[in-house]
Amino acid sequence: MTSRPLLPVHDAVVAGGVVAPARRDLVIEAVGLRKTYRGRGRKAKPVAAVRGVDFAVRAGEIFGFLGPNGAGKSTTLHMLATLIRPDGGSAVIGGADLVRSPARVREVIGLVAQRSGTYDDATGRQELAVQAQMHGMGKAQARGVADATVASFGLAEFADRRIKTYSGGQRRRLDFAIGVIHRPSVMFLDEPTAGLDPPSRAEMWQEVRRLRDNGMTIFLTTHYLDEADALCDRISIIDKGLIVAEGTPSQLKRDIAGDVVTVHLSGPGSAGGADESLLAATIAVLTGLDFVHGVEGVDTAVRLYVDSAATAIPLTISALVRAGIEPVSIEFRRPSLDDVFLAKTGRTLRD
Amino acid sequence: MKLLRDTWLIFRYEAVVMARNPGLIALTLAQPITYLVLFAPFLKIAMAGRGVATYGDAYAIYVPGLFVSMGLFGGLFAGYGLLNAVRQGVVDRCRVTPVSRTGLLLGRALMHVALLEFQATMITIAALPFGLRVGLGELLVAYALLSLVILLSISISYGIALVVRNENSLGILINTVGQPVSLLAGVLIPLSLAPLWVQNVALWNPFAWATEGLRALLTGHFATSAVWQGWLVMVVACALAVWWSIRQFNREVS
Ligand SMILES: Nc1ncnc2c1ncn2[C@@H]1O[C@H](COP(=O)(O)OP(=O)(O)OP(=O)(O)O)[C@@H](O)[C@H]1O
Ligand SMILES: [Mg+2]
Repeated sequence: MTSRPLLPVHDAVVAGGVVAPARRDLVIEAVGLRKTYRGRGRKAKPVAAVRGVDFAVRAGEIFGFLGPNGAGKSTTLHMLATLIRPDGGSAVIGGADLVRSPARVREVIGLVAQRSGTYDDATGRQELAVQAQMHGMGKAQARGVADATVASFGLAEFADRRIKTYSGGQRRRLDFAIGVIHRPSVMFLDEPTAGLDPPSRAEMWQEVRRLRDNGMTIFLTTHYLDEADALCDRISIIDKGLIVAEGTPSQLKRDIAGDVVTVHLSGPGSAGGADESLLAATIAVLTGLDFVHGVEGVDTAVRLYVDSAATAIPLTISALVRAGIEPVSIEFRRPSLDDVFLAKTGRTLRD
Repeated sequence: MKLLRDTWLIFRYEAVVMARNPGLIALTLAQPITYLVLFAPFLKIAMAGRGVATYGDAYAIYVPGLFVSMGLFGGLFAGYGLLNAVRQGVVDRCRVTPVSRTGLLLGRALMHVALLEFQATMITIAALPFGLRVGLGELLVAYALLSLVILLSISISYGIALVVRNENSLGILINTVGQPVSLLAGVLIPLSLAPLWVQNVALWNPFAWATEGLRALLTGHFATSAVWQGWLVMVVACALAVWWSIRQFNREVS
């Protein structure tokens, strides 16, 4: 596996095939950002949440941070949004230095946090108006902007109710509308679609794309593979506080050459899964084959990375039968981002 | 200018949210009114030998104590509101905007001051039919001094809340700090009745100075040293506490 340069500055081709100019169009540039939570009390163990991450986000792109729970996505986002101070490293956002002039950073950014940031007893319209005022608008103007936002984000149905009566999806939409009310040039979204049903997710994606089309730069975190794949122009894969891969979704998948063949050792119905020794034996047999580039055991299945599934499958079956192993089923597909994650970390993102 | 505007903005924001919960406001009034009706008769009898002849006299001594105790405990509870706002993510949401972070804390604190001043006004009105007599000028100066008492305990509560970061510890600390401080401030029984060593300890309690100042004001002794001493001690203590809580806020949640 070839390792990719961490700073995308070096690869000049963006998703659409447009040649990117030099560093001038970088809206976020982070170098070596670190954060360790010290914890409370004497017995608390420090948690190294983010252990030095580098990335750069270009103007007008949707940049995704993909990683499992606890990878350090929110921590990174909170550092960029001036909510927690990095222990080390630096970042420049919209031309302002994160550590030295956080107040200037706050003038160009907006944040939709992972959890809601509104009072249960307030109404959506009140919160929108207050948010607009916090961004410096006068009372009357803020009220106008709040009304316009209610209309354009489709909140009218519930905007005048107490927020505690909202459904999860309605809450999320309000959070989103609050975060972007001042049309920032850089928008941070922490898991914008977590907990939404498929239609609401699709709507949210449309909303995010609409903002990007209006010239906003978007930095979002997600642990959904399809979201990273479909919505993001470029992604960084983060795991245990470190970036393990970076590029466009298609580049990352292309890096894993060929096809992925999955050999299932026990059917979905069988309890307890395949026993460890069978899995180990299968891995041992398949690792020895010269057309197999990589082997990973995942639960009750073994994944093979091969050049061509068409020729690999018959050879795989005969090798297994010769060793006295009978696979339950065999399937193949093009590599996904999950395969990228697996290849980089040895674990899978799927639960 | 920006600090003033942001403080005022947050003040109104908190007030609007608060006003959507009128039951809570009514509930906070119940306790002081009950005390007022039930405790003052005891005081009149207990202090009969010390120049307290009428209910009016008893209330002039007791109402200032009630003010301080309400300001002290009401203020100490403010930390819960802050922790709740932190938990609901409201604080983080505001901190990402250009709004002044000091204004964020001050606006919230002053809103709480206003709420408790409202309580104090209600107590005053309730005490009038019982014979409390006080000049308007003295009363206004007393309210202003009371604001400092309230702001002091709010700031202490915010600071503690931001250090311990959890409601249970905050509750325990409020009780262990609040009870002795209120006793040593002579809120129920004037400190002049206490043994000398208690009076000496109380010299270190800013709330005791405030109580003395308020008593002087409500008994019509505007020009006594107790008034300016109370003001001086409260201004200094308040400034320190506000500075400390803002420091905690800017460090802890940053
Ligand atoms: N305030 C805190 N104190 C101590 N540890 C923390 C704190 N916040 C986060 N952590 C720890 O830091 C690590 C990274 O957390 P973070 O919230 O950044 O993860 P994440 O990638 O956003 O995960 P998720 O997908 O679950 O939101 C985790 O191990 C978490 O337990
Ligand atoms: Mg998170």
